[in-house]
Amino acid sequence: MEIVGKSVPRKESLDKVTGAATYTADRIEPSILHARLAVSPYAHARIVSLDASAAQNAPGVLAVLTGDASEVLVGEEIRDRPILARDRVRYYGEPVAVVVAETEAQAQWAANLVQVQYEPLPVVNSPAEALHPDAPILHERLKEYEKSEDVVSVPGTNIASIVHVIKGDIERGLAECEKIVENTVSFGPSDHAAMETRSAVVQIMPDGRVFIDTSSQAPFAVKKYMARYFGLEPGRVIVRTLFVGGAYGGKSSVQLEPIVYLASRAVGGRKVKLVNTREQDITTSPVRIGLQAKVKLGSTHDGKIKAVQIVYHFDGGAYNDKSSAIALSAASDCTGPYSVENLHCECLTVYTNHVFPAAFRGFGHTEMTFAIERGIDALADELGMDPWELRMRNAIVPGDTTPTRNMLNSSNLGDLRTCLERMRELSGWEDWKVQQLNDHTVRAKGIACFWKNSSFASNAVSGVILLFNQDGSVNLETGVVELGTGSKTVLAQMVAERLRMSVDRVHVKFKVNTLDTPEHWETVASRSTFFAGRAALKAADDASKQLIAIAATVLRADPDDLELGDEKVFVRADPRVQIPYKDICYGYRYPNGNSIGGQIIGRGHFIQRWMSPLDPATGEGQLGPEWNVGAQAVEIEMDTRDYSYRIVKAISVNDAGKVLNPKGAFGQVMGAMAMGLSYASHEGFDYTDEGILLNTTLRTYSVLRYGENPEYIVEFIESPCLDAPFGARSLGEYGLISIPAALASAVSRAAGVRMNVLPLFPETIWRAKDGGSV
Amino acid sequence: MKLRLNVNGEIRSADVRPAELLLDVLRENLGLTGVKPGCRHGDCGACTVTVDGLPMKSCLMLAVEAADKTVETIEGLQDSPVQRAFVEKFAFQCGYCTPGFIMNSHALAHLHPKADKATVREWLQSNICRCTSYEEIQEAVEAVLSSGQPTSRMMN
Repeated sequence: MEIVGKSVPRKESLDKVTGAATYTADRIEPSILHARLAVSPYAHARIVSLDASAAQNAPGVLAVLTGDASEVLVGEEIRDRPILARDRVRYYGEPVAVVVAETEAQAQWAANLVQVQYEPLPVVNSPAEALHPDAPILHERLKEYEKSEDVVSVPGTNIASIVHVIKGDIERGLAECEKIVENTVSFGPSDHAAMETRSAVVQIMPDGRVFIDTSSQAPFAVKKYMARYFGLEPGRVIVRTLFVGGAYGGKSSVQLEPIVYLASRAVGGRKVKLVNTREQDITTSPVRIGLQAKVKLGSTHDGKIKAVQIVYHFDGGAYNDKSSAIALSAASDCTGPYSVENLHCECLTVYTNHVFPAAFRGFGHTEMTFAIERGIDALADELGMDPWELRMRNAIVPGDTTPTRNMLNSSNLGDLRTCLERMRELSGWEDWKVQQLNDHTVRAKGIACFWKNSSFASNAVSGVILLFNQDGSVNLETGVVELGTGSKTVLAQMVAERLRMSVDRVHVKFKVNTLDTPEHWETVASRSTFFAGRAALKAADDASKQLIAIAATVLRADPDDLELGDEKVFVRADPRVQIPYKDICYGYRYPNGNSIGGQIIGRGHFIQRWMSPLDPATGEGQLGPEWNVGAQAVEIEMDTRDYSYRIVKAISVNDAGKVLNPKGAFGQVMGAMAMGLSYASHEGFDYTDEGILLNTTLRTYSVLRYGENPEYIVEFIESPCLDAPFGARSLGEYGLISIPAALASAVSRAAGVRMNVLPLFPETIWRAKDGGSV
Repeated sequence: MKLRLNVNGEIRSADVRPAELLLDVLRENLGLTGVKPGCRHGDCGACTVTVDGLPMKSCLMLAVEAADKTVETIEGLQDSPVQRAFVEKFAFQCGYCTPGFIMNSHALAHLHPKADKATVREWLQSNICRCTSYEEIQEAVEAVLSSGQPTSRMMN
């Protein structure tokens, strides 16, 4: 292979280093009206009265909308969320009103004038509080809400969804165990903090067509849901997305679009733009899910795990949206990458007065992995066993079955044992025990493993169109959004490889427009190289057949005698006889002017075979095609006087199947590792007892900064997934998943106390170790 | 009020409110959308430009304060060593923080061409990148600092 496997710089490189790359909020036109939100200052309260008259009369204001503007309830799994709060607010930052004005400053001024009188209600601040018998019920109408078919709710409680994943016989399994440990973990929600805040622009045309520009990972989902919510024809909802400034799952939810749609409708369909402030991006828009979990692991004396019993209580926030889907995805892989015969997992998604969750890189797996890996470490402690050895002994292998009862083989499962072996060498694991560097400094290592199957709708589609230009070059069109993952460059590499041409001659269309771009379900779940890649190869093959057909006529040869190479079609046995693409891709013109053929258009689509939703009662089903794996380690130095620590090294060994673009792949994994370290060491929402979020800016919600990065070591092993293009397994999420668990493992070892919470602030460690006493 | 600004080597005029931020005037009035808002509090550095050669978060400066100064945005840089290094080292992914990082690094390379690691760290800690591991950015900046190349080629 000449192009696949090379570090081709991303196609949009020059756009991005010159300021030419445009993002949704860069759409600046004099005729645009501006919207701003008025949001709830309470986490849970009844709206006693609402007076918008002062806002209405403020300078430049064209409209003020409140909950009365629409009775539509929105939400992906459960339609439980008013577009603007009606009668009641359920989280701090919930949109209560939207103001449309001539300028953003005027809209903000007026939004501050919206007068709302609230009657505060008791607050549900965690899953445990939500499940308390005396807890206030956040959704009395849960029973009536429209739900997805696989969502099982418990009306009359705060349980939005409940799933069981069951395999073998848990009672018998536990009875056979010689060692049983139980470990609980707990952490709250946190933020994606993409550098581009979310934004949307909506215009309604005189004939009813709705144009939506949005900073979304899922323009086709926006089209689908907007049509569903407002009874619109899908073909008349036209969603457009330019570059997206970081997403990490957070921009796959539909939230601002319905608000701005109502706003535009209220001003005669004029174009209205809403850009989240940073504070609202953190408080109002969806976040990373929180979790409280209990994991019971049973094994033999020599560490063979026989039984696993898990209880997950996911913090589903004030509205369900994607949270029950995230929980389901976590439950489906709940054991981590270990072979477990006897399993019982109960997974609840509960309503709380927190901002509702979106997908976050890993889709529940980082959270689930933290729970299971902390449990594995606890078991290793109790057994007095090397934690690497315990993982190796139980690593899942071909021939095992998943918690969802799917049979694994070497294609649909990555090679964890080889990852672990390599990790042992790279991390110098022989010296895994704590080293005392001086009287107050210790060095410690932690290790963790991950796996993930990417869940998506069982009928999710992906399509690619290749359009030839007169000069023989090709334009690549796909519904994949360029979020920063470099997927479109990788797709261009695949097409160039298959059509035997230079990657510089494959032009990529970055903008997605649902009117004329083939659908790619959602740019999520690390599915772009797999799904769109399969579609791209099919489109390339389609184009290749057409090129050969016309060349066969022109060269008077059997199509079977022809091959592609160097942007030409040539006769295999006599390569001197050839014709360049440019002479046939726009039809062929004979010397006398007669012409045949036409513009060559390659088409390809993909849908994954044999997918099925999980049975919520047993967990049987198949959510995605392959389980990708890896092993990660973190090394830290801790000052034992105050528990401050420095992250020295972070290592990841991923089974990449096949590395398509090495520098791109390293960047994806290292970036994800950085995000995992930032999350585990710095990030988390600071709620008051009343559910008020205190850290709503990037000054108080702190993330990893330049210079805090440790040494990163990333290696790939390549055990191919036969269904995937060139065997490539996914990477985008896979550098993150077990990093928080690996850091917690190192921190726990260094401090000599099991740390089961996040983030791992020195103060948190001190409280766990010394009970908070000085 | 009418304001004259010297931006990227051109004298531009804009009709602005006195309370307007330099960030907003550059974007909304002059169409220089390479200047990215990220937080509007000076926390993230995405809107960094240079003012008289010094990096400045354009959300922390009123447009009127820039009146007699020379402002340079990412649109004013073309084929500079910092830009080339960012491409070669894969020092960006989504690209949103990139103009700010490049302008800050560009000013750094100009003012401290022999900056040591600690100085680079002090300067670049003012910007946030959420996609990369920072190691790629570090490699790009160090490549420029060690090359000793002239740091700018203004577009005119």
